[in-house]
Amino acid sequence: MTTWHDYIQSGKPVPEWPYPVNYDKENEIECDVLIIGGGVAGCHAAISAARYGARVVVADRGNAKRSGAGGAGVDHWHGAVTNPCSRVTPLDYTLACYKSMRGFTSGIARYIICKERWDTLLEMEEMGVQIRDIHDEFKGAPFRDDRTKLMFAYDYVNRHVIRVWGYNMKPALYAEMKKLGIGIFNRIMITSLLTEGGKQGAKVVGATGLNTRTGEFYIFKSKATIISTGGIGRLGSFAPELTATGSMSDLNNAGNGHAIAWRAGAELVLMEQSGPARLSGFGYAPYSMGNAHNTYHGVSIVDTEGKEVPWVDAFDHPIKTIEERFSVAPGQPFQLGAGIGIGHYLPEYRSPELIHDLPERIRKGEFKLPLYADLTRLPEYERRCIWGMMVGNEGKTRIPIYDRFSKAGFDPDQDLLQAPVMSPENYYHPNFWGGPMMTHLRSLGGGGMLVDWDLRTSLEGLYAAGGSPLFGSGCHGESHTTGRYAGRQAAIYARTVSDPSVSRKQVEAEKARVYAPVRNPVDGIGWKELNYAIAKVMQDYCGRYKNEMTLNLGLRLLRELRDNEAASAYAANPHELGRMLECYALLDVGELVLHASLARKASNSILDFHRLDFPTMDPPEWEKLLPIRLEDDKVKVRELPLDFHLKPPFKADYEENYREHCRLTK
Amino acid sequence: MPEKIYMLPNPPTPNKGMKFNPEICTGCNACVEVCPDDVMMPNPEKKKPPIVLYPEECWFCGGCIEECPRPGAISMMHPASQNISVNWLRKKTGEYFRLNQKNPPAPNLRPPSG
Repeated sequence: MTTWHDYIQSGKPVPEWPYPVNYDKENEIECDVLIIGGGVAGCHAAISAARYGARVVVADRGNAKRSGAGGAGVDHWHGAVTNPCSRVTPLDYTLACYKSMRGFTSGIARYIICKERWDTLLEMEEMGVQIRDIHDEFKGAPFRDDRTKLMFAYDYVNRHVIRVWGYNMKPALYAEMKKLGIGIFNRIMITSLLTEGGKQGAKVVGATGLNTRTGEFYIFKSKATIISTGGIGRLGSFAPELTATGSMSDLNNAGNGHAIAWRAGAELVLMEQSGPARLSGFGYAPYSMGNAHNTYHGVSIVDTEGKEVPWVDAFDHPIKTIEERFSVAPGQPFQLGAGIGIGHYLPEYRSPELIHDLPERIRKGEFKLPLYADLTRLPEYERRCIWGMMVGNEGKTRIPIYDRFSKAGFDPDQDLLQAPVMSPENYYHPNFWGGPMMTHLRSLGGGGMLVDWDLRTSLEGLYAAGGSPLFGSGCHGESHTTGRYAGRQAAIYARTVSDPSVSRKQVEAEKARVYAPVRNPVDGIGWKELNYAIAKVMQDYCGRYKNEMTLNLGLRLLRELRDNEAASAYAANPHELGRMLECYALLDVGELVLHASLARKASNSILDFHRLDFPTMDPPEWEKLLPIRLEDDKVKVRELPLDFHLKPPFKADYEENYREHCRLTK
Repeated sequence: MPEKIYMLPNPPTPNKGMKFNPEICTGCNACVEVCPDDVMMPNPEKKKPPIVLYPEECWFCGGCIEECPRPGAISMMHPASQNISVNWLRKKTGEYFRLNQKNPPAPNLRPPSG
């Protein structure tokens, strides 16, 4: 007996909700630093703030021990450019990202990350995460430095991406938080930010939350607040019944952090940026299929007759040996590696890949489907490192892939792992397990809260950290690092602030909003039907191609949903209420994305942004950021140069800005 | 077959997410506590395995299994559409295998690195 259906059919009555439900009951918590979202960024922020003497509270939607996109582990730590083996400088790495994105990424976040990512990893080592080959399992392998026992991925020459045994990242962070006496509030969904006088755009003085088991209400009063929440996957690609909830993000990724910041009046940028989406998990569990990307970088791909698919270097020149898949091309400075939160790479920073005309060659019959990942063609150290070290530590691979496949008899020493069988065009990218391209789906990426060199948002007292809420940030290690930095800044700022006072009027209005779905008549629609409707609006009216009319129609329909279906929607218990409030957050973020898309009256190739009414691609006068915010509930947009981070009030030099703001006491 | 035939909604998809072995599980609810999405609920009967209430919200992270103090009490139940997709070919023998097949090959006992 496992499921609810099993239970009922054993003759037992429908079970009552297992937790005591107390809607409306208030709990008040005071702290110096409130962290919203206990993923890797939030937990690292909490630890950092506590080490700087702050009384810290973490509110997490799930349970901070395992929650978040990084909650299930990580296998490589990008851009540790200050590690003793690295041949890349923080400035080189920052500029490689910045130039690749033609300026449409955050120079601030990138530089901070470069300066501190290696130190952040060393902290994880102190907390018990293995980052070196201490058992000498890979002694003599070309990716290993025998002195430090560090192991590198992608670019074995420049050595800044470190392979780590990171399946226990979250439990390690959690144990450290417990040790430091940090207040951890699990199952608390933050529903709004509280501002001074309840005014939009004013200083942030706390937040309200809902316990999604008991339905109780939480009022957090904080001197400083950090938003370190997850992504917004549910906005457009919502299909939990089909996808086993996507690939690298769970259902809690409803853009809640973006929504509360937006409603409080914080500025966001690049919310109009999106990329092609696959309904990842649509039949393929992440990392479960033959492919040659990311964790599987460098694996030989063969066709059904054993014919090997050739590789090309960064400049599209054919390469012959396996070693060259992990090396730089002649004239190439260094490689950035895949999965760092930028959607575009200049050729000189790319990694080798499978030939780019593979779809065409499959169509012509040169390669016959199905394709397979043939790990047996790799040297033993490479095979064991990819299958056993990386698969086994990367998110959602230890139990779902390594353990399950091994029990089922899969043996990388003698078996070929089949790639998905798809239409040829879908083999254009070596991450085959993502499945076929879904042209009606878009995935947001790169946008988030605008911050200064303190990682402070446009609102006093509010900071941002992590791959999603912070504009221009990306991967797992980056999230730890911006969390660590923002935690430090928030703790030091909190020392200068008097006790916060919250507006009772604001609290009352929020309570009315939060509990409406449990007070509505039971025949209102449920959260899933509402979520599907929101996703449909975004798919239809804010796809890759849009114009003024479709965007305005999208806004109208979201407003319709808000006033009608959402206003009368029903939640049967605190769990459904949490999911429903996430749908309300999706309505906010959907509107934000539509407004941001309306503001950019030009097509942009880097942002994969296509305005049918402004088809000229990349006009120079639109090479700028368009910070967007709410003021008295009206949308306000201003212009900001792409290199604002090197213009007054900031210094013209990355290192000078960092030194002035980093506040490292060491 | 149950004694009575009930009026029930269709089974959810995926059906389970995970399965409990009642011989091993002691109903400690460590998995319930740690699940990021609250997929499982404690069983109204003490010391009995949790009830999977929201399998479609499971993102298959495996945290419940890693947290479980009694190995073997929980197995991950990926949907059949994913089990049928994972195929491998044994190079020497030409045999095809898949996840969850009826007569699986011998398990590979090598633990992960580290």
